[in-house]
Order: sequence, then structure tokens, then C-alpha cells
Amino acid sequence: MSNIIAEVDVLVIGGGTAGPMAAVKAKEKNPAAKVMLLEKAHVKRSGAISMGMDGLNNAVIPGHATPEQYVKEITVANDGIVNQKTVMAYAQNSFDMINQLDSWGVKFEKDETGDYAVRKVHHMGTYVLPMPEGHHMKKVLYRQLKKTRVEITNRYMATRLLLDEQGAIAGAMVLDTREGTFGVIRAKSVVLSTGAAGRLGLPSSGYLFGTYENPTNAGDGYALAYHAGAELSGIECYQINPLIKDYNGPACAYVTGPFGGYTANSKGERFIECDYWSGQMMLEFYRELEGGNGPVFLKLDHLAEETIGTIEHILHTNERPSRGRFHEGRHLNYRSGMVEMHISEIGLCSGHSASGVWVDEHAATTVPGLYAAGDLACVPHNYMLGAFVYGKFAGESAADYAAGREHAPMDERQVAQESARVLGPLNNADGLPPAQVEYKLRRFVNDYLQPPKITRKMEIGLQRFAEIEADLPYMSAANPHELMRAMEVHFIRDCAEMAARASLYRTESRWGLYHYRVEHPEKNDADWFCHAQLKKNDAGEMSCFKRPIEPYIVALDEEEKDAYNRMRIVKQAAVA
Amino acid sequence: MPMTLNRVAVPVMVDEEKCIAEKGCTVCVDVCPLDLLAIDLLKGKAYMKYDECWYCLPCEKDCPTQAIRVDIPYLLR
Repeated sequence: MSNIIAEVDVLVIGGGTAGPMAAVKAKEKNPAAKVMLLEKAHVKRSGAISMGMDGLNNAVIPGHATPEQYVKEITVANDGIVNQKTVMAYAQNSFDMINQLDSWGVKFEKDETGDYAVRKVHHMGTYVLPMPEGHHMKKVLYRQLKKTRVEITNRYMATRLLLDEQGAIAGAMVLDTREGTFGVIRAKSVVLSTGAAGRLGLPSSGYLFGTYENPTNAGDGYALAYHAGAELSGIECYQINPLIKDYNGPACAYVTGPFGGYTANSKGERFIECDYWSGQMMLEFYRELEGGNGPVFLKLDHLAEETIGTIEHILHTNERPSRGRFHEGRHLNYRSGMVEMHISEIGLCSGHSASGVWVDEHAATTVPGLYAAGDLACVPHNYMLGAFVYGKFAGESAADYAAGREHAPMDERQVAQESARVLGPLNNADGLPPAQVEYKLRRFVNDYLQPPKITRKMEIGLQRFAEIEADLPYMSAANPHELMRAMEVHFIRDCAEMAARASLYRTESRWGLYHYRVEHPEKNDADWFCHAQLKKNDAGEMSCFKRPIEPYIVALDEEEKDAYNRMRIVKQAAVA
Repeated sequence: MPMTLNRVAVPVMVDEEKCIAEKGCTVCVDVCPLDLLAIDLLKGKAYMKYDECWYCLPCEKDCPTQAIRVDIPYLLR
């Protein structure tokens, strides 16, 4: 018999950013509903914002920006491949969410009149709202979870979703990561909010956990959605970031830009017009490195003492506060030196680029009863505020779906099969250590998938990933902690295969460096102005197909369409 | 298959004079996103059990007695 841990109406998997919001909003929508928030770590300090965030990157605030302008900006930044309805739904709810967070006690920067002090970082519009005291974000969310009486279950990881006979959601199968026991949570609807696939490529330091994203975000939700039969989209539009070399955290041109900091080459010169992260910007970064003008740096040493003090306060207390002691160890002072940067390993993340689980404007995936929000849900460039807004949509949609529904009958066969897979490594007294399998897998990701993308390399990568798949049942776990890591290796491998297949499918180049295919260097709108979807087909194979782009609801004019392709600063000839 | 153990320097240091784990405190263990810390039951002190650190600092910031210091892992330092 199955070990049934709980029976709930709404199960939210992942308690970082979108998850707590989804749980609170599901509870507010239907206070009678039983809502459970499941978290692999502890909700107090989990996810991408475990130490808070230094600002909103995409605030659509009346008087500074309109939803229409924002939809245009993201359409252009994401090279045309957007379902504008989803971006519009975000943009129209962005301001209400900021006010909601403000009323909960989140401190945003305001001017002397009490208005939000928005700054310009993007190529076209003005959307960045600093939060110099943003380190308290998780505390604010935790208070709301307690207030609305959401049931919190920490230190559990979902390993597969449970489906009913029709392929709709029936719950999740989970591992207690402290005890190493397996069980089932029956649920009428599920919200996936497990964050990015941030442990995909291997950081150039070779340190498995030296990733940009919180390394607990191993792509769990991408794999959970895939195995449940959901469509994923834009997986070939990787996340690749310009980061502090070795430290592998954000250099934070968004924070420093409005104060006068900028990305510079080894001569200290600007070479890109705009520091907002896009594939087009990353391609110019790559060219500068390859063209002999590297390394690339974040330049602050020309700024006034007072300005640098402010920047240090923001960057060394929020999001990745250990960066201060990293610089100290390298004897770097912003006043006298530039911060060396590099190009990160690849990941999947719609919060920054566009790779994610396909959702509509209500956060619904293509699987009945399954909703998704945050970095893993495909709403391009959605960032933290997008996670909150889609968390709200997902929570409300999931509460509505669950209302008046009965639990689906349990499919014991699915549970037995999954139990055997999950507990297998504990029973292998003699086998492969998960950390070694992970290291090899992620090194192959770098070797074969890091752009520029080359067909033959990606094909070899697929062979290597298949060999690793054959190794997975031979992993051995000495304790529940190692078992959690072993299950994460399964997720990482799934994401690696998805990344390779989606990249091979789209035979053109788009999104600058994110999908730069050497054999197909040009953008080809005639054949590829469409979404590239990926799902498990009826034969159980990973398959790709096209999904047409819905007609735009905000038209672009010709001049705007090209804005993000004009990143490089063109020098005036012969300045005397 | 034959196995060996590799020694690694871990980045989280616990000042055992200050640590009050013997009084039942488990704050650092609770807040670590990667679940890397544990309490040594014989000593009644917290320690870093696994070398999988994201140098994110909740353990250091939330410790009620400031007993923890997180260094950047040696490979990145």
C-alpha cells in the first residue's frame, strides 16, 4: 500500500518566490481549501531570493511606463517569439502587485514625494525599481504564509507528478530528504514553482555548487512537467549571464547602471549601448572576448566616493551578499579597480530568458490541473515580479480548478514504479557516487551545448546523455541527503537532453548568443517565426514541434523591431 | 566498486565557544537551502557536513550568537 502523506486541494511545489505567493493567493481565493506548500529546503530561506533581492527589474508603473510599452520592449528583447497575451497579463497586474508588496512591508525606493523612484536600464523603457533594503523579502512572504494558514512542509522534494487515467493531475510523489522515505501527496491541482534549471552547465571554476542560480534549483519542475506530458517552450533559448568571474554571481549592471557604472572592455571603454541582459547583448559580450578586447569588466572606478558607498551598501547586503568578501579576498576595491566578468555556463530560466514550461495567461500548463509560475514558467524575462504576478494567477487558477472536485483514484502502478526508481540508490550498497555522475554530466553539457551551437557536437552530447541515463540506476546513495542529490541528477540529465533536442530542432539563429547556431547563422522568420515546443509523445519519446505565434495585440513598428540588434557602440571615425 | 575519500576544506566555520546547539538551537541547520549543516550530537555543536556550499549566508546572518563565518569556497576564492 502507498504511504499517503497528505490529501490536499491545492499542492504548491517550491516555496521560493512564486510558490509562497501562489499558496497565499489560493488560500485567499478559497479560504476553505486545504493548501500545502512543499519545499525542498526551508521556506524561510529558500530559492533564488533566499537573501532577498536588490530591486524589481520589470516594474510597470503608471507615469513611468505603460503595459503596452512593456509588451513591446519584451517582444523586441525576446526577438519576436512571445505570446504577448501572457506578457500583457503580467504588465497589467504588475503595479497592483507592487502595491500589494508595499502594503505587506516590502521597502521600495521612493522619491521625496513618496512616489516609486524608477530608473532606466532597458534599451527602450524605464522599469527598474531599486529595493535597497530588499534583504527582508523572504520574511515578508513568510509572515503572509502564516497569516493565511498555509500548511508548510519543508525538506521534501517532489520526484514525479501523479496522474489520473485521463492524464490529469492527481498529486505528487515525494521524497522526505531527511529520512529517505517515499510517499504520495494526493492533490486536486498542483502549482509548479521550482525555479530555474540552474545546475545544468558546470561553472568554469569546476565547483558544482558555484552556480548563478541557487543550486537547489536543479530543473526539478522542468522534468516533473515533462514526465507529466506538459508542453515546454523555448528551451533552446538558454539562460547565459554576464557574471563576476569565479564568484559567478551577478555583476549587477542593473544596480550600478543608473549610478553611472557600465560594462567595459580591457581598455575601460564601453562597447554595448545597454546593459540589460538579452541574448543580443550577450553576443556582443562574447564577440568582445573573442575579438581580443577582453577580459570584460564592470567599471565603477570613475564614480564619486559617495556613489560607490551606496553601490556597496546595496550589492553587499542583498541577493548575493558574500560578493563583498569575494572582492576583499581578491584585493579588489571598486574605487581603484574594475570587476572582472565572464560568460556563465548555460541554464534554463524564463525569468531571465524564455526557456520554460508553456503557460497561458492564467498560468495553466497543457496538463489539466497543472499550473506553473516563476522562473520555470515560459513568460519571457519575467524576473521576480513576474514570479509574484504569475504566482498569484497560478494560485487562484489552481484553487478554482480544485473547487468541487474529488480526488482521482490512486494509480498504485505509477506509485510502485516511482518508489522503486527513487529508493533504488539507497539499496545499491556498491555503485556510482551521485556527485561523480553529476560532474561528468555537467561537464558534457559544457563540452557539447555551450554556444556557439554546433550540430555535430550536440549530436555527440545526446549520445553521452544517453550513456549517463544508462548509468543512473547504478548510482548509490549512502544517506537520504545523497539520495536527494541522486534524484537531482535525474532532473539535470532530463534538462540536458531537452536543451540539446530543442537546440537541434530550431535550424536558425535567434536571441543572439542564446541560440547561435554556427551552421545556421541567420535569423529565418519565414520558417522559424514560431514557438518551438517540446514534450513527451505518446511513444514516450522526447519530441519537438512548432506552435504558431498568436497574433500580436501590441503592434511593433519597423524601427523598434530592430532595437535590440543595435547593441554595439559604433565609434565615430577620426575624432580629432 | 572500490572507493576512496577525498579531503576537502569546507567554507563554513563554526565557533564552538559561541555555538549553542547543545541548548537545542538548530537555526543554521534549518535555514541552509542546500541542507549542508548538521549538529554533532556528541559535542553539541553545529558543523558543515557536506561540501556543497552556495556561499549564500543565511546560516551566518540568522545565527543568534554570531557563531558562524562563511568563506568563499577555496576553488573560487
